Amino acid sequence: MMPQDPDRLTVPPDGRSYSEQPRWRQDFPIEWAQDNYISRRDFTRFMVLTSLAFVVGQFVILFQNFLRRQRGEPPIQEIAGVNEIPVGGARLFHYPDEDTLRILVRLDESTFVAYEQQCTHLACPVIPQPEAGHLHCPCHEGVFDLRTGQPLAGPPRRPLARVRLERRADKIYAVGVEKALA
Amino acid sequence: MRGRSRFARKQRMTIVLGILCLVIIIVILQLWLLTASMNAYLGGDESVLIPAALASLVCLGLNAGLLWYLYGLES
Repeated sequence: MMPQDPDRLTVPPDGRSYSEQPRWRQDFPIEWAQDNYISRRDFTRFMVLTSLAFVVGQFVILFQNFLRRQRGEPPIQEIAGVNEIPVGGARLFHYPDEDTLRILVRLDESTFVAYEQQCTHLACPVIPQPEAGHLHCPCHEGVFDLRTGQPLAGPPRRPLARVRLERRADKIYAVGVEKALA
Repeated sequence: MRGRSRFARKQRMTIVLGILCLVIIIVILQLWLLTASMNAYLGGDESVLIPAALASLVCLGLNAGLLWYLYGLES
């Protein structure tokens, strides 16, 4: 007679013999230890699949970065006439494509700045406050420096992407976008 | 009939728990890499993207190796 594999023996949760167990458990005995082992092994497999998904995500970011580099420098685009915007005034414009909203602010007679209008925290629109020298995000009280685009307060950690501007005659042109390095 | 593993079930249970802990730690590391890469990408910093992707790939290799070892225990 073959000795019984001890791994195949299962003790019911209450420790009593099988003959004392309720009928349903006698009909459907479960190897509890084996069940625990299999569930943990399958969870490990699930976590490895999650690991694979993260790697796919990393390469999607790499691919998106490659596409962004392929697009090259954005075109030169007229935004507004100098006299159309008063000191402290602002104007929204799309640059370099229709999906990206930017904001142009006139700080004084000769200084204009333009940034991406979405907060770098959760993409709420920022509102210029020229009198305070800030760009304010009302969603989570984020504050950016109006002259540099650097975050000053609140949850944002990255600066706003700045649009390079040029003044030609009496018009303001967008000529590129600076990398918003923190 | 299934062959018996060289480890008893209790030993395999300990091993699978140990491997599970390691895999979870590595996956958390990958999650951190992914969020850091996304932050760098959105901020225009391209220098970390390739190293982070390679590091994540190495982590996947480690996880796959651990899982392969786990299934090897049963044969």
